Amino acid sequence: MSINRRKFDALVIGAGGGGLRAGLHLAREGVHTAVVSKVFPTRSHTVAAQGGINAALANMVPDNWHWHMFDTVKGSDYLGDQDAIEYMCKVAPKIVYELEHFGVPFSRTEKGKIYQRPFGGQSQNFGGDQAARTCAAADRTGHAMLHSLYQQNIAANTHFFDEYFAIDLLRDDDGHVTGALVIEIETGEPLVIEAKATLLATGGCGQMYKTNTNAHVNTGDGMAMALRAGIPLQDMEFFQFHPTGIAGRGLLLTEGCRGEGGYLVNKDGERFMERYAPNAKDLASRDVVSRAIYTEVKEGRGCGPDGDHVHLKLSHLGADVIMKRLPGIRDTCMTFLHKDPITDLIPIYPTAHYVMGGIPTNRAGEVVSVGKRKGTEAVVPGLYAAGECACVSVHGANRLGGNSLLDIVVFGRAAAENMIEYVRANPAHRDLPEKSLEQVEGRLARWEQTGEGPSVLDLRNELKTAMETYCGVYRDQETLATGIEKVAEIVERIKDVRLKDQSKVYNTSRIEALELENLADIAMATVTSAHARQESRGAHSRVDFPERDDANWMQHTLYLREGRKLAYKPVRTQPLTVESFPPKKRTY
Amino acid sequence: MDAERARLTWACRRGMLELDLLLEGFMERGYDALPEAQRPAFERLLETGDQQLLGLLLGHEEPDEKEFIPVIAAIRAST
Repeated sequence: MSINRRKFDALVIGAGGGGLRAGLHLAREGVHTAVVSKVFPTRSHTVAAQGGINAALANMVPDNWHWHMFDTVKGSDYLGDQDAIEYMCKVAPKIVYELEHFGVPFSRTEKGKIYQRPFGGQSQNFGGDQAARTCAAADRTGHAMLHSLYQQNIAANTHFFDEYFAIDLLRDDDGHVTGALVIEIETGEPLVIEAKATLLATGGCGQMYKTNTNAHVNTGDGMAMALRAGIPLQDMEFFQFHPTGIAGRGLLLTEGCRGEGGYLVNKDGERFMERYAPNAKDLASRDVVSRAIYTEVKEGRGCGPDGDHVHLKLSHLGADVIMKRLPGIRDTCMTFLHKDPITDLIPIYPTAHYVMGGIPTNRAGEVVSVGKRKGTEAVVPGLYAAGECACVSVHGANRLGGNSLLDIVVFGRAAAENMIEYVRANPAHRDLPEKSLEQVEGRLARWEQTGEGPSVLDLRNELKTAMETYCGVYRDQETLATGIEKVAEIVERIKDVRLKDQSKVYNTSRIEALELENLADIAMATVTSAHARQESRGAHSRVDFPERDDANWMQHTLYLREGRKLAYKPVRTQPLTVESFPPKKRTY
Repeated sequence: MDAERARLTWACRRGMLELDLLLEGFMERGYDALPEAQRPAFERLLETGDQQLLGLLLGHEEPDEKEFIPVIAAIRAST
C-alpha cells in the first residue's frame, strides 16, 4: 500500500493549550508547522480548566517568583526538579502578559490590574501568609486561553489537521524521531507526516480509571506512542484523585460541599469518617477521605445494588443553604443523576483527575530517555513533549492548583523555542525510516483481521475497573501485585479483539480500539511503577509504607515497555540561580 | 453505524466530561427519536463552543436560536 506523505518543518501532536502555544511560536517564527488533533482543537480538554494560572504578579498582596518556587517544590513533596521549577516560576509573569496580548480576557481589579485569587498551597515568604497568585478569566480560563491561542494560530498560518488520529512516531535507526503516521478519521486514510522536530502535547490519561473527571479524549495517546518508540514514562505512580466524584460518572463535586457541612454515610447510614478521622471527620485530607470510601466499599458497607459507592448527605443543610451556597452542585446532581440534594442522597466515589507523570523531558522540552550509564539521561533527537503528557518534572509527586495551565504554556513555548533552533540547525529532512513505518503499518493492519473475540468496550471497562480497584486510592504490595496480573492479562486479551465494523468513514470503533491499546500500555506503566515505590509521597499513598523515604526514594521512576523494566534517576535538586530547598516534612 | 451518525458521534467528543456524558448519551438513547426536522438544529448546536454549550445544556444560558430549545430538552431528557 502506498501512503500519502506530507513534509513539514515541525509537527505538533495535540491541540490543547500546550500544543497551541507551541504551534503559535513555531508558526510566527516562520517554521512550517502542522498541528494534528483528534478532535476539533477548541474541544481539547484545556477547555475544562476553570481555576486559573499562577504567576507571582503581586497585584493583590506582595509576591515573588521565589515564593512561588518554594510552594511548588513543597507541593511536589520534593520530587519536583528544582531547575525546571525555578524556570517556570520565573517566566510565569511574562507568560501571563503574553496570554493577555493574545487576547485572554483576564479578570481585573478596580484599578485595572489582573485580578488574582488565593488558592490552596500558595504562601508568601516561604510558608507564611496566604498568597493570591492565580490569574483567571472568570471561571473560563482554559476556555479563553484555548480560543485565543487557536485564533492566533489561524492568523499565523499554522496548518491544522483536524480530526486526525496519531498512530505512532517514526524513529530511525539512529534514534531520531522523523514524524508520525496518522489517520484521517473522516476517511480512514493513513498519512505520513514527516518533520524535522515533533512535539507530543496529547494531554492526560484519566480514562484509564473507571471513575475520572477527564473528557473522553484523554486516553494518553502520546504517552503510549512514546512507550512504543522505546522511550520510558516517568513517575506514573503519581495520580491525583479527588474523594468526592459522582459514582459511575466521575464528575467532580467540589470540596465546598463538605466545607458547608455535608458528610458521607455508608449503607447503614453511619457517618463513617468519624471512625477514620475522629477530629477532622469529613474535612480530613483528600487521601484519607478517599481511602475511607474505598475501605467502606471493600468491606461490604457500600451503597446501591452493587455496593460500589457511598452517599453524600446534604439534605440536613436545608434548601436555603443548598440553593444559595451550592447551586452548581445541585445543578450537576439534578442534570446527571436526576437527584436533588435537598431531599436525596448523592452517590460518591473517589475520582481520578490529573497525572503528574508522563514523558520525561528536560526544561527545554526535549524528551530525555534512559542514558547508557546508570542514572543518566540521553536526549531523543527530534522529539519534544509538553503539558500533561510530559513530566518535566515541575509537579513531582503532587500538583498545585493553578500550576497546570502554567506548565502547559511555559513548556509548550520552551519546547517550541528549542524546536526552532533545532530545525534551523538541521535544515534537511532525514530519510523516512522504512522499518519503523512498516512496524506502525503492522499495528494498523492488525485491526483489519476479522473473526470473533472480546469487545473493545468490555475490555476497556475491565481495564478501568481493575485500575480503580488495584491501583487507585488504596495501595499496598498485595493489591498492586494483583493489579499487575490483572492488567497484564487484559493486555494479552486485547490481542484477541476483532473489529466487527471494518468501514473506513468515521470508523470510531477503530479509534476506540487504538485508544484501548494506549490506555492498557499506560495502565501497565502506572501499576508497575506504583508497585515498586515502597513509600508514601504526594499523591502516591501506600498503607504498608505510610512515610516518605527520602534516603531511598528521592528519585524519579522510569518505566520501559520492553520487558516492563524499571530504572531510576535522581531528582534534580539544584536550581538554576538560587539555593536548593531541602526536603522537609510537608505540613499545611 | 452509518457514516452520518458516526460523524455526529465523533463531533460529540468534547473537551469536558459533562458534555461527553450529555451528548454521547443523547446519541445512544435520544438521537433516533429526534424528529428529522430538528436534526439540522442539533448539528448547529454542536458548532457552539464547549463552555457556552454546557451553559445552554444546563439551562444557565438562553439559546439565541429558538430551534435549539426542543433539541436541548431532548438532550437533557436522554441523560
